[in-house]
Amino acid sequence: MKEVLLNLLGNEVLVYSLMTLVPLLWIIPFALFAVWWERKIAAHMQDRLGPMRTGGWHGWAQTIADILKLIQKEDIIPTAADSRLFTLAPYVVFIGAFAAYAAIPFSAAYVGSEINIGIFYIIAVSSFAVIGLLMAGWSSNNKWSLFGAMRSAAQIVSYEIPIALTLLAVVMVVGSFDMQEINKAQSGSVFNWFIFQKFPLLFTAGLIYFVASLAEVNRTPFDIPEAESELVAGYHTEYGGMKFALFFLSEYANMFAVSVIAATVFLGGWNSPFGEFLSGPFWGAFWLIAKAMGFVFVQMWLRWTLPRLRVDQLMYVGWKVLIPFSFVIIMGVGFWVLLEG
Amino acid sequence: MGTYFRNIYDGIRTVLIGMRITWRHLFTPAVTIQYPDVKLKLPERARNRLYVNMDDCIGCDQCSMACPVNCITIETIKSTSDVDLGLTSVGTKKRLYVPVFDIDIAKCCYCGLCVYPCPTECIKMTDVFEFSEYDRSRLNYNYSTMTPADIDLARTKLAAQEEKESSQKAAEAEGRPAGS
Amino acid sequence: MEAPLTIPGFSRPLKNHEMVVNMGPQHPSTHGVLRLELIVDGEVIVDVIPHIGYLHRCFEKHAEHMSNYQQVIPYCDRMDYIAAMNNDLGYAIACEKLLGIKVPERVEYIRVIMAELQRIASHLLAIGTYGMDIGAFTPFLYCFRDRERILDIFEHTCGARLLYNYIWIGGLSHDIQPNFQQKVVDFCTSFRPTIRELNQLLTYNKIFVERTANVGVLPADVAINYGASGPVLRGSGVKWDLRKNDPYSIYDRFEFEIPIGTGEVGTVGDCWDRYMVRVREMEQSLVILEQAAANIPSGNVQSGIPKRIRPDTADLYVRTETPKGELGYYIMADGTTSPYRVKVRPPTFVNLSILPAMSRGSMIADVIAILGSIDIVLGEVDR
Repeated sequence: MKEVLLNLLGNEVLVYSLMTLVPLLWIIPFALFAVWWERKIAAHMQDRLGPMRTGGWHGWAQTIADILKLIQKEDIIPTAADSRLFTLAPYVVFIGAFAAYAAIPFSAAYVGSEINIGIFYIIAVSSFAVIGLLMAGWSSNNKWSLFGAMRSAAQIVSYEIPIALTLLAVVMVVGSFDMQEINKAQSGSVFNWFIFQKFPLLFTAGLIYFVASLAEVNRTPFDIPEAESELVAGYHTEYGGMKFALFFLSEYANMFAVSVIAATVFLGGWNSPFGEFLSGPFWGAFWLIAKAMGFVFVQMWLRWTLPRLRVDQLMYVGWKVLIPFSFVIIMGVGFWVLLEG
Repeated sequence: MGTYFRNIYDGIRTVLIGMRITWRHLFTPAVTIQYPDVKLKLPERARNRLYVNMDDCIGCDQCSMACPVNCITIETIKSTSDVDLGLTSVGTKKRLYVPVFDIDIAKCCYCGLCVYPCPTECIKMTDVFEFSEYDRSRLNYNYSTMTPADIDLARTKLAAQEEKESSQKAAEAEGRPAGS
Repeated sequence: MEAPLTIPGFSRPLKNHEMVVNMGPQHPSTHGVLRLELIVDGEVIVDVIPHIGYLHRCFEKHAEHMSNYQQVIPYCDRMDYIAAMNNDLGYAIACEKLLGIKVPERVEYIRVIMAELQRIASHLLAIGTYGMDIGAFTPFLYCFRDRERILDIFEHTCGARLLYNYIWIGGLSHDIQPNFQQKVVDFCTSFRPTIRELNQLLTYNKIFVERTANVGVLPADVAINYGASGPVLRGSGVKWDLRKNDPYSIYDRFEFEIPIGTGEVGTVGDCWDRYMVRVREMEQSLVILEQAAANIPSGNVQSGIPKRIRPDTADLYVRTETPKGELGYYIMADGTTSPYRVKVRPPTFVNLSILPAMSRGSMIADVIAILGSIDIVLGEVDR
């Protein structure tokens, strides 16, 4: 895709900026769709119907109506709040979510930025959101927001470790940090996908990655930072209007980002499950997005099934369950790779 | 060590059981209806907005006394002997005009205690529940059908009759014939 | 050593490392308007001071000014608005004792059926909102779906869904409809699978167990000393239920069990035990319902209602077992048609007083769990 655009436009800087903005074209409609989808899934799991009226068929325009409402709301900043940090926080959180999209190959022909340390970059950049959350919690000048922000910071930082370790297991098998290489290593048949390789080690790694990614995006059962019934809304209690919309957007963008990383690393990325049939640059994007949506569905499914963990139990799960298992997996995969070749 | 693995196993197992239940519920039909396009029919004994049939009201004040929140205000004027107010639908003779019969439906607690004492069964609870207003003063329902002219007429006639009776009594007390 | 910090509006001066967090009157989890002043050291609670009175509506004062005893019943409904039938029942039994009248058998049976249906409805709400406090949003909807079926039965019988004014002194306001028995039996059959589903989804879920087991442990002697009653007391292992220990109405004719907390997944007297007592009580209510609905005698429900209620000067205290605990009515009559004094002993008011003792040393998230397991209704706490 880069070559096509270069031939068309000639200017390298312009081409690179356009390539960077392409994920935004996906994120915004996805967020609009995902909010509606979540409400529908929640409703049907709870024996009710969800949005039905806005726009006609099953309320498909509900999120659009919500966004329009949020845009025209008054922008309230509490008097005692630190207004510069308060305004900056949603943007920092969004940057943390959006930056990860740069290294994800949506198909064989498109990747936002061709760096050969893709996974390293993603892990580094996804902790950006913690700064934004802390800024939001602190600058709200509200004890409850502060609680939410503190818990959130502790949670995200602790769960970075299992994520990094499980991704490292896959990197050991492939031998490269580059996401396109990881994708290419899974081409062929369904059984080349890493979730079926080195059984059961990489399968467990996939599970651990999925659970840890739930904690990264603050989804139930790890949604203590925004626990509605305890802290009202946690770190974004004081936010309303467009700033709140931006927090919401970044949550869904983040959800999709971790799902698409899971799909790339464990489920074969843009490879079709039928081998050569139905594959190609556009089909690749379709398969990747379909797999990522599957993960997003499971995330939503878990949200409406499970209660939430208390913050010390959350830490227990992270440090005392996920991390030991990740270490064992890394050692196992390391020995396996060593003995194989 | 054993409890550690047991806990992990229990955790995964119960999470999967829970997920199975919610998955099944994804395919059961919804139990909700699309109000206001579809409205449920309320049972016959439903206690919602009050309705008073003024033709049957004899002004006995029983409902007003029975109300625990004092939301019914009734004023009556005795009718004079030359007027026949007629009968109610159950056959009781009406002797009182009812110029004021106000129910403040905002105060009403929908207990239904006013329905039982009414001798002519003219106050009832209907199944109307969609009666919100933009202005709270419109929630004060005035059931009386008398116009201000009617009320004035009734009052003056009553005052005249009472004055005549009191002067008659005074005359009889003094032993003089009426009229002098 | 710095001097303790005094903050105006808060209850006690703070030590160096303590912080006051206000779980204010508006909060999604305080089950009404309750202000909890939490004095915390990081995440650990040092003290909890509940402030009540935001929903005080002067029930006892109103009761003195009603023109007769019957008019107080709509006010009784509104105290514990989630279990209104049981409130009316307690007051009606108290007044009948004052007057010395005995109600017909049919009335007794129907009253028991209504009270037990109401117990199930109240526990469903308690369980649903408890799940929601812990973070599981779905069981709340399932519980409400079944609660709606019960409320439909009530609406069919007396016309109202929440505040019934159904149980009168000496009888009932309406007789039951012809298909009432069938509806109750149908409800019982359709409800048992829901309890099974609830147990699978919520009760034995490891995360729920982790949040509620060993949290807010209330030893039996502390519970008795504080005067706890209802599932709070039974959850601590004390087998005390007024329907068996001090029977009123016709409860002594039915065979049912009293579930108590046994520390099945944690310690005896923790939040999970109180929650499980409620689930098991729902099952036992179904047992009572099936026995009662099969045997309703015929008769007239309104024949026993006295025309004039003018008791002699006397006072008495009558207690009944509501879903929340022991509800007591102390009525002083003075020979007129309206009571001289009606004092209510609400179960949740006493149970709420145990909250500080149970939550010292736990974390903020645990306070929510403990508060939910006590199952308070502010209408009753504040009257």
